[in-house]
Amino acid sequence: MSILVIAEHDNDSVKNSTLNTVTAALAIADDVTVLVAGSNCQSAAQSAAKITGVSKVLVADNPVYANQLAENMRALIVELAAGKTHLLAPATTSGKNIMPGVAALLDVGQISEIIKVESADVFERPVYAGNAVAKVQSLDAIKVITVRTTAFEEAGETGRASIEEVSAVCDEAKSKFIGEEVAVSERPELTSAKIVISGGRGMGNGENFGLLEAVADKLGAAVGASRAAVDAGFVSNDMQVGQTGKIVAPDLYIAVGISGAIQHLAGMKDSKVIVAINKDEEAPIFSIADYGLVADLFEAVPELEASL
Amino acid sequence: MKVIVTVKRVIDYNVKVRVKADGSDVDLNNVKMAMNPFCEIAVEEAIRLKESGTATEVIAVSVGPKACQEQLRTALALGADRAIHIETEEQLESLNVAKLLAKVIEQEQPGVVILGKQAIDTDNNQTGQMLSALTGMAQGTFASKIDIQGDKAIVIREVDGGLQTVELAMPIIATTDLRLNEPRYASLPNIMKAKRKPLEVKTAEELGVTIKAHTKLLCVGAPAERKAGIKVADVAELVDKLKNEAKVI
Ligand SMILES: Cc1cc2nc3c(=O)[nH]c(=O)nc-3n(C[C@H](O)[C@H](O)[C@H](O)COP(=O)(O)OP(=O)(O)OC[C@H]3O[C@@H](n4cnc5c(N)ncnc54)[C@H](O)[C@@H]3O)c2cc1C
Repeated sequence: MSILVIAEHDNDSVKNSTLNTVTAALAIADDVTVLVAGSNCQSAAQSAAKITGVSKVLVADNPVYANQLAENMRALIVELAAGKTHLLAPATTSGKNIMPGVAALLDVGQISEIIKVESADVFERPVYAGNAVAKVQSLDAIKVITVRTTAFEEAGETGRASIEEVSAVCDEAKSKFIGEEVAVSERPELTSAKIVISGGRGMGNGENFGLLEAVADKLGAAVGASRAAVDAGFVSNDMQVGQTGKIVAPDLYIAVGISGAIQHLAGMKDSKVIVAINKDEEAPIFSIADYGLVADLFEAVPELEASL
Repeated sequence: MKVIVTVKRVIDYNVKVRVKADGSDVDLNNVKMAMNPFCEIAVEEAIRLKESGTATEVIAVSVGPKACQEQLRTALALGADRAIHIETEEQLESLNVAKLLAKVIEQEQPGVVILGKQAIDTDNNQTGQMLSALTGMAQGTFASKIDIQGDKAIVIREVDGGLQTVELAMPIIATTDLRLNEPRYASLPNIMKAKRKPLEVKTAEELGVTIKAHTKLLCVGAPAERKAGIKVADVAELVDKLKNEAKVI
């Protein structure tokens, strides 16, 4: 068995999601190669070579891979798939964008967002907003898989893999990167933060998220949101936690002014400790919270901040 | 320019699904079914393209059992011009659905194909991307804005870091994210009118697609249940519990 992991990176270094994906790969087999495709991405390749358990890093360093456009990436990955039994990527927006196309070109299925490796061809994945867990067996010779990062630990960084250049230039010329609006924040990344504090519709407006930010800064936490808060324009889309947003599983998740719809729970119910602050004692969020505080958030949150 | 929009019949998003006692699958007996919410957004976008004069015809397509004609009628009531039902009794995997849709695209030659980014039952998030790979059409997934400008389209995408803008060569495949638009409701007169709009039924054999299984569902289980904990009286007690009991701060 031979596995290719598609790294997520910013050309400088690999993202944490790559480390989780390598752990999932190592649960399948020992022979793990990481592909770093980007532009001026040599230093990302070096960081991939340090991941514990990785035997080889392939680096495809070319402007056509600059923004990991799906059309070019999938063509490249298909070229590198020969001899591989498994192709893995994190189930991030990037992995989700690229991998199904790889599967289609190889005429195989994709198994999305695995949370457990049972054997080389049997995997568990959540379905129906996490209200059921399906155990599926792949019937394909090459298994294309995306990995729910919160379900696997981050691999260590004690490795010394060899780095090999890939010369293939796959330019499908179908799409062009124009620009991006990236939320910059000093706080930890939402999906890998140890503590997350999220606000919902109850926050009332975007400005009031400042209350949560103040708590976050004292706790070294990331700030998240419910869909309702994003739809209302309080905060940006990258903060949405849930079935169709980001999946988080921190040590501590604090839900403020969030009712607890199944779609929101799907994104945070694997957190170790859940706190809910809501003025409605009937709110469904309390049914999964370890500690519930029935209170007006505009009093409770500043008090919480002051007492930290 | 034609627009193809796909719709999937799924469990209503308000319903919490239960796992069957024998662990063979989830129990969909007597469960309320509806159009997948992301498909509703896709239908809305297609209709807006027609209303703005960009599209001339909107074709709604669904793959599945006979019952999904109900969702196709909804799409027609919302403003689609005609519908194609590809009838299959089994729940098809994404790649099979994509292959069927690719055949419809070959026949209809649309300029834009809009799909939901994921169906809320299987949560796969695959079909649009697979369709792009099979047809060679450019792909704009997780779209929060689709702007057709002649031979190109500008698509704003919701990505983990924020928003990404790409320029795609037409024709394109787009998948919808939540903020693309707010779907309308069908009016009663339009629901009545939809009953007379054309709905064509096709089969996989007619389209020349061989259905193939890529995975086998071994069993379905319930996730680890979380129980409600305790209510704390005030912030001081909360902080105390977090520090001394849970030890997370
Ligand atoms: C296809 C689809 C996908 C979806 N995906 C997601 C997703 O990924 N993530 C997600 O979060 N949702 C998602 N949703 C939406 C979900 O169904 C809910 O609508 C949403 O989570 C509700 O957000 P909320 O809890 O902030 O708002 P509400 O349900 O309106 O709850 C607001 C809460 O704030 C409380 N509150 C108000 N004022 C105060 C105050 N002063 N002090 C204390 N408490 C207060 C209220 O008691 C209430 O419980 C999705 C829905 C669909 C259909």
